[in-house]
Amino acid sequence: MSNPYIILPVIFQLFTAILLMFFWTKKNSQKLISIICSLITLGISIWLITIVLLQGIHVTQAGGWEAPFGITFVADPLSTLMILLTSISGLAVSIFSTGSVRNARIKFGYFPIFHFLLMGLNGAFLAGDIFNLYVWFEIIIISSFVLITLGGEKAQLEGSIKYVTMNLLASVVFLTAIAILYGLTGSLNMADLSIRVANIENRGLVNVTAILFFVGFGIKSAVFPLHFWLPASYHTPPPAISAIFGGLLTKVGVYALLRVFTLIFIPDDFMTDVITWVAIMTILTGCLGALVQNNIRKIFSYLIVGHIGYMIAGLGMYTEAALVGTIFYLIHDIIVKTNLFMVTGVIFKLKGTYSMRNLGGFYKTYPKLSLLMAVPIFSLVGIPPLSGFWAKVFWIESGFITENYLLVFVLVFGSFLTLVTMAKLWAEVVWKDGDALPMKINVKYFWELKPIKRVAMIVPIVLLSMVSLYIGFGAEHIISISRLIGSQLIDTTPYIEAVLGPLNAEVI
Amino acid sequence: MLLSVLSGFILAASLPLIGKYLKEKWAILFSLLPLSLFIYFLSFQPDISDDKNLLFSYNWVPSIGVDFNFHLDGLSLLFTLLITGIGSLVFIYTAAYLKGHPYLDRFYGYLAMFMSSMLGLVLSDNIITLFIFWELTSISSFFLIGFNNDSEASRKSSLLALGVTGFGGLFLLAGMVVLGYVGGSYSILELMNATDLIQSHPLFVSILVLVFIGAFTKSAQFPFHFWLPGAMKAPTPVSTYLHSATMVKAGIYLLARFTPVLGAHEYWNSTLIIVGCITMVYAGIHAIFRLDLKGILAYSTISALGILVFLIGLGTDDALLAAAVFILVHALYKATLFLVTGIIDHETGTRDVSKLSGLNKVMLPVGIAAGLAALSNAGIPPSFGFVGKDLIYEATLHIGDWAYLLTGAAVITNICLLFAGFLAGFKPFLGKLPVTYENVHLPSPLLYVPPLILASLGILFGILPLLVDDSLIKPVVAAMLNTSSDFFHLQLWHGWSTVLLLSSITIGGGVGLYFILNPSEGLLTKATRFEPISPLSITGKITGLFHGISQGYTSVIQNGYLRYYVITILVFLSFLLGYKIFQGIDLYLNVATLSEITIYEVIVLGIMAVSIVYTVFTKSRLVAVASMGVIGYCICLVFLFYSAPDLAMTQFSIDTLTVILFVLVLYNLPKYLKLSDTGSRVRDGLLALIFGGLISLLTLEVLNEPLEREISAYYAETAYKLAKGKNVVNVILVDFRGSDTMVEIIVLAIAAIGVFSLLKLRLKSIEKE
Repeated sequence: MSNPYIILPVIFQLFTAILLMFFWTKKNSQKLISIICSLITLGISIWLITIVLLQGIHVTQAGGWEAPFGITFVADPLSTLMILLTSISGLAVSIFSTGSVRNARIKFGYFPIFHFLLMGLNGAFLAGDIFNLYVWFEIIIISSFVLITLGGEKAQLEGSIKYVTMNLLASVVFLTAIAILYGLTGSLNMADLSIRVANIENRGLVNVTAILFFVGFGIKSAVFPLHFWLPASYHTPPPAISAIFGGLLTKVGVYALLRVFTLIFIPDDFMTDVITWVAIMTILTGCLGALVQNNIRKIFSYLIVGHIGYMIAGLGMYTEAALVGTIFYLIHDIIVKTNLFMVTGVIFKLKGTYSMRNLGGFYKTYPKLSLLMAVPIFSLVGIPPLSGFWAKVFWIESGFITENYLLVFVLVFGSFLTLVTMAKLWAEVVWKDGDALPMKINVKYFWELKPIKRVAMIVPIVLLSMVSLYIGFGAEHIISISRLIGSQLIDTTPYIEAVLGPLNAEVI
Repeated sequence: MLLSVLSGFILAASLPLIGKYLKEKWAILFSLLPLSLFIYFLSFQPDISDDKNLLFSYNWVPSIGVDFNFHLDGLSLLFTLLITGIGSLVFIYTAAYLKGHPYLDRFYGYLAMFMSSMLGLVLSDNIITLFIFWELTSISSFFLIGFNNDSEASRKSSLLALGVTGFGGLFLLAGMVVLGYVGGSYSILELMNATDLIQSHPLFVSILVLVFIGAFTKSAQFPFHFWLPGAMKAPTPVSTYLHSATMVKAGIYLLARFTPVLGAHEYWNSTLIIVGCITMVYAGIHAIFRLDLKGILAYSTISALGILVFLIGLGTDDALLAAAVFILVHALYKATLFLVTGIIDHETGTRDVSKLSGLNKVMLPVGIAAGLAALSNAGIPPSFGFVGKDLIYEATLHIGDWAYLLTGAAVITNICLLFAGFLAGFKPFLGKLPVTYENVHLPSPLLYVPPLILASLGILFGILPLLVDDSLIKPVVAAMLNTSSDFFHLQLWHGWSTVLLLSSITIGGGVGLYFILNPSEGLLTKATRFEPISPLSITGKITGLFHGISQGYTSVIQNGYLRYYVITILVFLSFLLGYKIFQGIDLYLNVATLSEITIYEVIVLGIMAVSIVYTVFTKSRLVAVASMGVIGYCICLVFLFYSAPDLAMTQFSIDTLTVILFVLVLYNLPKYLKLSDTGSRVRDGLLALIFGGLISLLTLEVLNEPLEREISAYYAETAYKLAKGKNVVNVILVDFRGSDTMVEIIVLAIAAIGVFSLLKLRLKSIEKE
């Protein structure tokens, strides 16, 4: 179904970013605009996912050039779901930023760049053209790079160099892959590629190209052994920025892997083996890394890596049920990781440190906050029936069906390590009696903030915690959406037909 | 039914609102919840003894078959009554025990949460829902053990307990999912009909192992038992309720529940017998040497759990009957002893059994309760314990081959248990009252009435087994055997038999031991000599080692050097590419399709090669940039040769601009410094060659493929006709693929902002965070 308005989530974010630039130094207007526009984007994404779920896939051809000649944007359940999640996280972080980001940063374009980043994410999800996807990745890299360096502190710069170097490397690999794919097929439209790649006789060449894509997106999604940039950089910028990174940046890599390896390349046995081993090592590396950290932001950074491993595992097993698990986990993970990084922001504002050893006393001093923190923390662990739990049922079952016993074991073991890490964090940060920490002069403490700013830091955490609870307890709805997406990942005919029109039998 | 199961969660959730009003004076009101639930579940008793199966279904996540299907049969009824009954008494007891505690409301919240989880666990017919409640009991236990959150020991114990039970829980999840997959259903009732299918499936052994790990960790079986003594750091009501009467029996419940599905299989029986046997003897002997009352009770609880696993492992009708009775017996006397210990601790401030004596003089009702419980524990007639013990011997004697060995183990265990019970039930109350405790007085009735009730029931059921025979025990056995069971009648007096002889030996042996062995520091020290090889310390060592390995691994992987990261990524990529290129592709170069090489091309190529060498080996940045510029121009020439003047022009302008910019930027930088040694340069060079070589190889192979020109032909065709532009590249950039261009322009805009802020924004030191 053709519908030019599906591009609204991108255009509206672009509009927001430009509008914000007109208020360059007016921080209050920027905050207001950012929140209002994020709310409107959320509205748009709800509308978008509703029409897609009700009426099927919507497509628009940029400039009116028919596919595969122009650039296609596709709103299918997976992409609109990702946009919805981006908008939810975006709204939360936008509100959180108004309370937590220091004025100096706001006056140097924090909010415009933030909305450019969201635009890039939405664009990447809608892209139906592989080169266009690359271009959106550029937006994501450059805006995240600017956000990570904004403020120019030494730690930030050190982290950002690693971040940007490896991400540019990923882009180069991705671009090379696109070039080779274009050489093979003469096309860039993903639906068109799906058909053309399937018809190439030299499968060896196709598989090699697939490896390039895997590594390119693998760096983006921070899988082992390509993940180094993530633990090196995520703990350096202000918490609001970590929150949006932690929630969404790696997930766009996972999205791209899901899209490319279901639509264009159907993995051969070698590829699924590689993905499975990568998943195993990613889970272990991330969860073991988290176990030994002291900085709470590093703990969550490593856990991002570990849990990316889970999602990749779903791709490695390559059954519909496993993919359903991956989609479910993706939904859960975006919300919960965004939330946890915001929580670390609040913890820092209260205590002036991220060090677990020095933190403590939350149970006594801030019981209600502790209760609130418990929601994302235990959702992350996947204490049933909270949101991190459900996906595991799908993965374990698929693991046994596909006889990936080691993978199942590592999944279980990774969950165990997550449990231990989070329980330890809970005991140290919440239960333990905190030392009286020396006040730091360069920290603006929570109680020094204006009440409205304090509210702005707590409300988004409440908001995302409620979403997490809904994902857990309303699992039925989430599962039915994940199922729909899972089935469309396996049977891509609806996607292809939506882009290229009805196929005649021989092409398939 | 759903409401009654979830009521505890509702109460816990409403505490932030109402908690502070209740915790001061009206804490006793919390016990109305378990009390009314007890009455509610009791009202189902007539249906159950009529052999009815009650099923209550509520949809939750029907799309994967995970629903609230509550199934009430004999087994679950017994457990619900224990949970709510003992729960009521514990709730009442807590009101006095933790009176005035600032976090009393939270405590009740966790207790209520636990109670609901436990009810859900024993009522769920759906194995995934069962698992969900199972995990929730572990989590509530975590919060309750760590309730004294200021104390480091409490925190450690709660982490240990959660670690062990959580570990088992995750395995159990795997077990449940596989069981569901193999049996084709998540419903236990349906799985019972698929027993043959399940037991002959190749995954059956995996299922057994996974379920066993879950059950053994939860029910503190050797070698996973070590978390339970630590869990005694929790306030006494918790030890009573969770770690003796109910939660630790969840594993037992699980085994009993799955007996009709997984049971009566060689592996099932032998594993359970061996593990149960080791646990009961090992923990029984351990109990003898403890001084801390709670420690004694903890080990005797582990031992009792061992007996239950053992009995379920025997799996005969007799054994299951004995298990059913013993669950009730044990819950009644052990809960009493714990509650009594709590009172002693509360009033005297110590739990050291070697220091306590003569308390009867100051708190007689407590002493009576303790004495009655110790009698039942010892299995002295006419207590209910006597009935239970007889049944155990009955079961072991009729087992066949191993009867003597197993009966012997049971006798030893029972002697130890009897001794432990006497230590906890008689020792503190008899004898001379030390001067220090003369001021101790009888506590509030809220504290001593609950243990009195439990202890009296333990005697009452012994005298009148009829009370529980048909109504409670029979349906339990029926549920475990999945048939109706009419083969027995509980009775106190069995006549003269071997069993009676064994009972007498047990009682005689235990009482004798009680008089000979005096608990003292010395004995404890002797016993702790074996500590370094106990599962607890071994686990501690493994954990430490594991932590060390994780630390080492992480610091090797995440070493902080960008160059190693990049190298790793390239090696990984090259390895995969190389493997796939040489293994999956027939390498060939179709020379015929290539155009002829002209002299111009050779010259251009030569210039490029020289420039590359210069770029790599020069010691001046400007030369490197200039050489790169030369390479760029050469590429323009190549474009020209192949009739793409538009591309050539674009490339030409970009290259010029880049070189100029680079020169401007680099002009001010100091001279090259050589920071890396030759070795690493050679390594980097090799890697670059390999990677570049592989990509070139790949490109050449792609060239062999037939060219698809459909889309570029379309562009050439329509650029002028439809898009009104004469330069195809321009038309592609601004029209066919205009969106890409627009987005790239935005990239530049963002980069500009970034550069601006990097140059201009200097955070003042007070603004940093």
